[in-house]
Amino acid sequence: MSAPNKSYDPVEVEALKPEEIERMRDEALAAIAAAPDLDALAHVKTAHTGGTSPLALANREIGALPPHAKADAGKRVGQARGAVNQALAARQTELEADRDARVLVEESVDVTLPYDRVPAGARHPLTTLSERIEDLFVAMGYEVAEGPEVEAEWFNFDALNFPPDHPARETQDTFFVQGADGSDQSGVVLRTHTSPVQIRALLQRELPVYVIAPGRVYRSDELDATHTPVFAQVELLAVDEGLTMADLKGTLDHMVVSLFGEGMATRLRPNHFPFTEPSAEMDMLCYVCRGASVGNPDRPCRTCSSEGWIELGGCGMVNPKVLIACGVDPEKYSGFAFGFGIERMLMFRHSVEDMRDIVEGDVRFTLPFGMEI
Amino acid sequence: MRVPLSWLREYVDLPAGETGRDVQAKLISAGLEVETVEQLGAGLKGPLVVGQVLTIEELEGFKKPIRFCTVDVGDANGTGEPQEIVCGARNFAVGDKVVVILPGGVLPGDFQIAARKTYGRVSHGMICSARELGMGDDHDGIIVLPPEHEAGTDAVALLELVDEVLDIAVTPDRGYALSLRGVARETAIAYGLPLSDPALIDVPGPNASGYPVNVADPFGCDRFTARTVTGVNPEAHSPIWLQRRLQKVGMRPISLAVDITNYVMFEVGQPLHAYDRTRLTGPITVRRAEPGEKITTLDDAERTLDAEDLVIADDSGAIGIAGVMGGAHTEIAEAGPDSGTTEIVIEAAHFAPVPIARTARRHKLASEASRRFERGTDPQATSAAAQRAVDLLVLLAGGKADAGVTEVVAPSAPRTIAMAADHPDRVAGTEYGRETVVRRLQEIGCDVYGSDELIVTVPSWRPDLGFPNDLAEEVIRLEGYENLPSTLPKLPSARGLTESQRLRRRVGRALAGAGYVEAPSYPFVGAEIFDQLGLDADDDRRRTVRLANPLYDTEPLLRTTLLPGLLATLRRNHGRGAHDLALFETGLVFRPSGEQAAPPRLPVDRRPTAEEVAALEAALPHQPRRVGVALAGAREQAGWWGQGHPASWADAIEAARTVAREAGVELTVRQDQHAPFHPGRCAVLLAGEEVVGHAGELHPRVVKALGLPERTSAMELDLDLLETQAGGPVTGPRVSTFPVATQDVALVVDASVPAADVERALRDGAGELLESLRLFDIFTGPQIGEGRKSLAYALRFRAADRTLTADEASAARDAAVAAAAERTGASLRGA
Repeated sequence: MSAPNKSYDPVEVEALKPEEIERMRDEALAAIAAAPDLDALAHVKTAHTGGTSPLALANREIGALPPHAKADAGKRVGQARGAVNQALAARQTELEADRDARVLVEESVDVTLPYDRVPAGARHPLTTLSERIEDLFVAMGYEVAEGPEVEAEWFNFDALNFPPDHPARETQDTFFVQGADGSDQSGVVLRTHTSPVQIRALLQRELPVYVIAPGRVYRSDELDATHTPVFAQVELLAVDEGLTMADLKGTLDHMVVSLFGEGMATRLRPNHFPFTEPSAEMDMLCYVCRGASVGNPDRPCRTCSSEGWIELGGCGMVNPKVLIACGVDPEKYSGFAFGFGIERMLMFRHSVEDMRDIVEGDVRFTLPFGMEI
Repeated sequence: MRVPLSWLREYVDLPAGETGRDVQAKLISAGLEVETVEQLGAGLKGPLVVGQVLTIEELEGFKKPIRFCTVDVGDANGTGEPQEIVCGARNFAVGDKVVVILPGGVLPGDFQIAARKTYGRVSHGMICSARELGMGDDHDGIIVLPPEHEAGTDAVALLELVDEVLDIAVTPDRGYALSLRGVARETAIAYGLPLSDPALIDVPGPNASGYPVNVADPFGCDRFTARTVTGVNPEAHSPIWLQRRLQKVGMRPISLAVDITNYVMFEVGQPLHAYDRTRLTGPITVRRAEPGEKITTLDDAERTLDAEDLVIADDSGAIGIAGVMGGAHTEIAEAGPDSGTTEIVIEAAHFAPVPIARTARRHKLASEASRRFERGTDPQATSAAAQRAVDLLVLLAGGKADAGVTEVVAPSAPRTIAMAADHPDRVAGTEYGRETVVRRLQEIGCDVYGSDELIVTVPSWRPDLGFPNDLAEEVIRLEGYENLPSTLPKLPSARGLTESQRLRRRVGRALAGAGYVEAPSYPFVGAEIFDQLGLDADDDRRRTVRLANPLYDTEPLLRTTLLPGLLATLRRNHGRGAHDLALFETGLVFRPSGEQAAPPRLPVDRRPTAEEVAALEAALPHQPRRVGVALAGAREQAGWWGQGHPASWADAIEAARTVAREAGVELTVRQDQHAPFHPGRCAVLLAGEEVVGHAGELHPRVVKALGLPERTSAMELDLDLLETQAGGPVTGPRVSTFPVATQDVALVVDASVPAADVERALRDGAGELLESLRLFDIFTGPQIGEGRKSLAYALRFRAADRTLTADEASAARDAAVAAAAERTGASLRGA
């Protein structure tokens, strides 16, 4: 603390008169209010709060006052400076907000401009639909098994209980690989179904076997609106102790519910396949009309031709002869299998009308399917 | 197999109101695939009657000959007066019996008949053709009926015009359903009604006086019945009912004897053959053909037989291909001046399925008979079928059954199957109970003995039943597949997708995310694609797998690279107006590996050994999985944001890096020359030291040869190889929070120095402090000098444990530049 001022000016300073202080304050406030922009306000700030501003000078004069006047003058000057600073800050905020608003307006753009700089890609719906089917079975505990597309006849036919010269072998429209000697009978074919993967799975894996086998298969049909010589199939094989046809039915029901929603169901009709016995054709409830179009001419259904059911594929209990060819004891183990074409399911699940659209690779067909299906 | 409902009712007494649709539903549920139910005579309305032509007046002056007839239609027209009818057909004469529809009648197809003026006369009705009546398309002209039918008789009933025909797609295991007898059996079971079995008839026992038959091959033919009918009237024609039934099952009536054999085949399922006895020389023999032996079959084709073919022969040689088609020489002859068969030998035999199938296929000669023998006929039905034919010949052709009955029978035991009584329950996963199982098996014709363990003797017409599961299927289908419960098995825990499967999905997503559209293509190619791609004559990709029966002769090979398919798809899209294209495909290619031996024929009665499986595998080509891209047009579009950029070699290489990144592999890119790429714009792609693919811009000649857009670029990578080079799990980086020090350098090198070499030298020289390095500019020009280029790099240095001083950063940079100078001849620009 400094020593008391003894050499104060006996004459009261003019500048510290109350009305003078009020005047200085009012002038400052007026200037602040009048400052049109931040630059002007900076000048106003220097003029009215800087070291040479009237209020700063007045403040300096206080020390020269006699003690009795000091407190009063100090209070007045302090209040004035406070008011000026407050006004400055307020105006500063106000002008900054104005400026920001103006700049943001100036920077505005047309957000509706297109931005197709790098066009989108897509995965083929056959791939993604197959994956979706794989995933639902993987979630149940199946594994995905695979095999070659050029396949030995033993895997494609013999082991699946297609005896040589059996009429069933004729029904497959097989592509045969030419032998090294130019003969037609090389014993190698383009696989006509993914069933050879079932044989490979049974030979390679420990029992029990629960696999799903997706893949490309080949039959010598000309490409048209409903046929393609190269198509995708998914097959399932389960071999374990005590598996039944009811398990097959339940697995199919689970699949169609997973793919098409609650309330879906399957229907089995007797059929014949060499590799299953008993064998069945499997239909699923029409997911569009759910059977409501049957016998109801007012509500025809294009998807199922008002049949109420859609033919899906073949299935059955693994023929014990197939198990024997793979060294599995049919007295102890039983199994079920089913298979169906992905193209067909894609066609009815996504209202595709022409097979050629699926196989020709036109980007306009594939793009809308995106990454997942 | 077409089954007229009216004929079916002969063996099963179906409820009167039961429609074809009703029967269809029942049979489908039992496992016969009834595809359609054809409604014969739908919309047909009488009066449709038998008429007798009284007079014919030929009308002249029209474009074609027209007849004005008067026809006696009995009382059908209400007056009994002759009916005046104009007719354009000419195949009838005065006195003939014809079919007349009178005004007010309606023919199928909503063809309303009324009296109308035509060719200057009024026609009061129409004389009908088979086609107009919906009977078939075989004959031109109108129907002329046998004379015995009275004028005025209702022809709708006479011709059985209104009927329903079930069309059944018979699966290869159910040969018995290729007969009315078989379908009737299923129908009887489905309705719980008794069956009148047409094969259950009295047959005389065999004797020595029948036509002599030798069976030299009892494996190929284990049963041969021969019967003789004499005194056959060659003028006799098939009655209407017989013709109509044949028409309804899809056979064309030919002659009485042939029609009878066909009729019995459809009725009983046993193919028959009729020989003109006077043309047979010596005994009938069943044997394998002599090599080179020839025969002219009924279709007048001369065929050279194979030593495996089973033939029917007499002393003159082969007179028929057994079970497939008869020979022309012993054919039943039509009536004629000095021909006309009067003595007939009927053959009813059982042939083994496999030889028949092989022969039919070898001669590309599928017949109604071979279809049945291939699937297995009922060996016990031969004598009954022969008897049916004899009876019909006697009844309809005035023949006399010869007392001789030849039966050659190879001994065989009835086939039995042992099956646990609860086996069907265990297969189905539900409880039928022994009683139901036994009843169902008896219904299909089995004899069943035993209690817990059943001994089941299967019926002779079911060669497909050989194992317990076959019997289980019979029980389950008859109890209704629709009644099976729905349960789920309890699975053991599994491991999800394999690394390879996950990689494939990641690659697909990454490429699609980078703007590529997946386009799987067919793997069929022609050899000229390899020329178009500019492959050397000895290029490995020319070694292909060839199909014996390609869909198109121009594409008999399997792809050895993905590029042909990708480029074809690119061209197709381009042709359809899409010009900015980026496509990808993941799939197998087929590379023959060395001398491929044919795979061994392995048995199926046991598990093959590891060696046997290996021998099978060795017969297959190598089938690696590849991923490829093809792109053209703009990779990045121009727009309000500025310039775009065209798809180029660089995008193709970047696509390869995108794929490799998903595999956790850092690709090494080296300049290369490799068809089909531009020799100066081609990269070989390596993972480690393993070549995994190529990328770049296509050779301009390839672009031209394939009609591709200019500067089309492509890439192909071997995913399987890439996967083997995949790094292990990523080690988590230690993240330094000390500040970064950046240094830019511009290095001048010879234009031929690959940037990758400069970069590698800089990295090696900079040492551990280098955090990252990026080439941000390339400059060429007079300031740099001819044949030189300047590469500008931004280097970022950072230490894990301290703030780098300016001197440390500079020293690291200098070391990097020194390494580049030493290894690539680089000098600091301006230095």
